Amino acid sequence: MAVNPEIQGRVFPATAPYLVGREKVREFARAVFSTNPINHDVAAAQAAGYADVVAPTTFPVVVQEATLAQLLADPDANIDFSRVVHGEQRFTYSRPIVAGDELTAQLTVSSVKSLGGNSMVTADSVITDASGAHVVTAISSLVVRGDDA
Amino acid sequence: MIAYSSLTKGDVVAEQTFHFTRDSLVRYAGGSGDFNPIHYRDDVAASVGLPGVLAHGMLTMGAAVQPVVNWIGDPGRIADYQVRFTRPVVVDPAAGADVTVVATVAALEDETQIARIDLTATYNGETVLGKAQVRVTFA
Repeated sequence: MAVNPEIQGRVFPATAPYLVGREKVREFARAVFSTNPINHDVAAAQAAGYADVVAPTTFPVVVQEATLAQLLADPDANIDFSRVVHGEQRFTYSRPIVAGDELTAQLTVSSVKSLGGNSMVTADSVITDASGAHVVTAISSLVVRGDDA
Repeated sequence: MIAYSSLTKGDVVAEQTFHFTRDSLVRYAGGSGDFNPIHYRDDVAASVGLPGVLAHGMLTMGAAVQPVVNWIGDPGRIADYQVRFTRPVVVDPAAGADVTVVATVAALEDETQIARIDLTATYNGETVLGKAQVRVTFA
């Protein structure tokens, strides 16, 4: 069963606010082999002009997760999770994420394409702060493998 | 802080090898919330036809940008980062897996003082990321 092409353009409801915790930033930073003090040490981050520790570049994936869960759970989309492979990922920032940020994400299905029996679904999650200002857009392309021949 | 004016297209600015072990994968699962068992259970990986337990693509992506972060000294200067996941990284339970990242100046945008740094990530002699591009702001 192919992914429903009619979900292209669909906008999902914004997620509940995600509060970026300092220890979560540190835990994520250790997990991606970051040794940069600005990811770990409040004094180093403040010396560089940030209010608190800065989240690693790929941290928005944690916030994006809640939006992708909406897409994958949508029966209309017809996405079989066991057939999903991560194809591409991109993060486009307006400003870095720092501990203390309260982030909300909203997903739009920007494209659904057919590629030799597979489907490629691209989802843009726009992540904003408590004031509504844009922080980062996380773009995921998921390859959904077609039925086995 | 590195000066934008000191950059030259084609220069290799950073290089680092990451040793991924099963411990790294469990740590990344916890840190990211991605608990797909193909990243820690051999039986599940085998049952879906994989050659072994794979590193999360997002672990490779997350680690691969660290040499650039260390080179510029400030993770807040990365304006954009994208990759394609082209080949899986199989993490042996005993030996782990080594992923080597080389970061090269690919383009300089004088008007905005943004440098595009391209990453080559290699495991077992083959690249595992495609179109791996980091845009770093120097303004």
